[in-house]
Amino acid sequence: MESNVILQAKNLTKIYGNNVIFKDISLDVNQGETIVIIGPSGTGKSTLLRCMNLLTKPNSGQVFLDGKEITCKDCNEDVVRQHIGMVFQNFLLFNHLTALDNVMVGLTRVKGMKKPQALEKAMHELSRVGLADRAGHYPGQLSGGQQQRVAIARALAMDPRMMLFDEPTSALDPELIGEVLNVMGQLARDRMTMVMVTHEMGFAREVADRIVFMEKGSIVEQGSPDELFNHPQHDRTREFLWKITELYGSKEKQKGGQ
Amino acid sequence: MITDFVSYIIQGTATTVGVALVALPSGLLVGLGLALLNIYGGLWMRRFSAVYSLLMRGVPPIVLLFILYFVLSGNLINLEPFWAGSMSLGIVSSAYQMEILRGALLSVSGEQMTAARAIGMSRWKAIRFIILPQAIRLAIPPWSNEASVVLKDSSLVYALGVPEILRRAQQLSATSQQPFLAFGTAALIYFVLVFATNRLLDYVSERSKLPTQPV
Repeated sequence: MESNVILQAKNLTKIYGNNVIFKDISLDVNQGETIVIIGPSGTGKSTLLRCMNLLTKPNSGQVFLDGKEITCKDCNEDVVRQHIGMVFQNFLLFNHLTALDNVMVGLTRVKGMKKPQALEKAMHELSRVGLADRAGHYPGQLSGGQQQRVAIARALAMDPRMMLFDEPTSALDPELIGEVLNVMGQLARDRMTMVMVTHEMGFAREVADRIVFMEKGSIVEQGSPDELFNHPQHDRTREFLWKITELYGSKEKQKGGQ
Repeated sequence: MITDFVSYIIQGTATTVGVALVALPSGLLVGLGLALLNIYGGLWMRRFSAVYSLLMRGVPPIVLLFILYFVLSGNLINLEPFWAGSMSLGIVSSAYQMEILRGALLSVSGEQMTAARAIGMSRWKAIRFIILPQAIRLAIPPWSNEASVVLKDSSLVYALGVPEILRRAQQLSATSQQPFLAFGTAALIYFVLVFATNRLLDYVSERSKLPTQPV
């Protein structure tokens, strides 16, 4: 299969003080691919994600976006981040702006788009996540699921080359998770390039092209959902998946039958 | 005549309000600059602004007023007492306003900055369009307090001979032997000014509150 690499992480290492978060990690993200990173907490999954759009600077290693290095000294990281959308665990909407303005602010203030065009584009993105009717609401007036969908629309509005999702459903009430996963699932079907960290194993199995299992700061193994879930090569992977499926057992069994 | 008496003092109101209207905005401008430097300006700017704030807040305003007055109204710069006095008060107030804004800026979660940077905003744009608008809302109630302090401290420029409310009251008290009427009138005017200012800012604060209730 001819693959077109959008983002390439090369030998990334991140250290906080004496604490090695991850070491020598490399990962290629191909065009249209959905990668799900799984693994126990504290293994550096989120930090790896943040290194990909330079919200966190790796101590060593390089990141390339469309073949161009973005970790160089005089690279403009603001321009880089316009091309890599990010969705956070805690939504992080701008609290003083309405849903519409949250989506618009990047268009007008970062891209310099004129108000009417920005408005039209922002409304389009809000409709895409099913929230056109909430355009005038402030974050404080929206449910967690709605806030997260606005956050996705905000990132999509920038027309990014790819999207990063950092545990997008972990802070949500169980009954609100579905609406966010639906939006993300639709993005995957539209072949948006995505890297996500999530504990939603059912969802991962459904939408991922590749699952990456990380532990203790390194990639233990990676492969298609079938390879990883049904034929894991490493004991640690098997152990982790076993624990997770035990936790979400009933849901997994229902989906597993399909 | 008592009406002449009272109206003589009331005429000082414009000067008092004038002093506050120079001191508060100039203090806000300097205070905002210092607060931003303190938080986002790196080590040396943080040290500089911290020392500035300590000094300005650690000395009685009247003492600073005299020192600054003789700087601003000396040989090098020669401002009229009104301007020298109001700007000196502004400088004193800037340290307090810096602390108010610093607290407000720090109360806005750092994650708002992260989210702004994540859509490609520069640090400065994030401060301007995301952090500041939220911080200013938080700053209004403590700022209202500082506004009333500055209004009341404007009476200190009386020591420089600026004919504001207190100065006029003091003159009348000396010539008419009616200190209670003179200073009572002054007290009442100050009270009305401070009360009105606080109510106005309460209203502004209420109006700028972000809705949280579902509609």
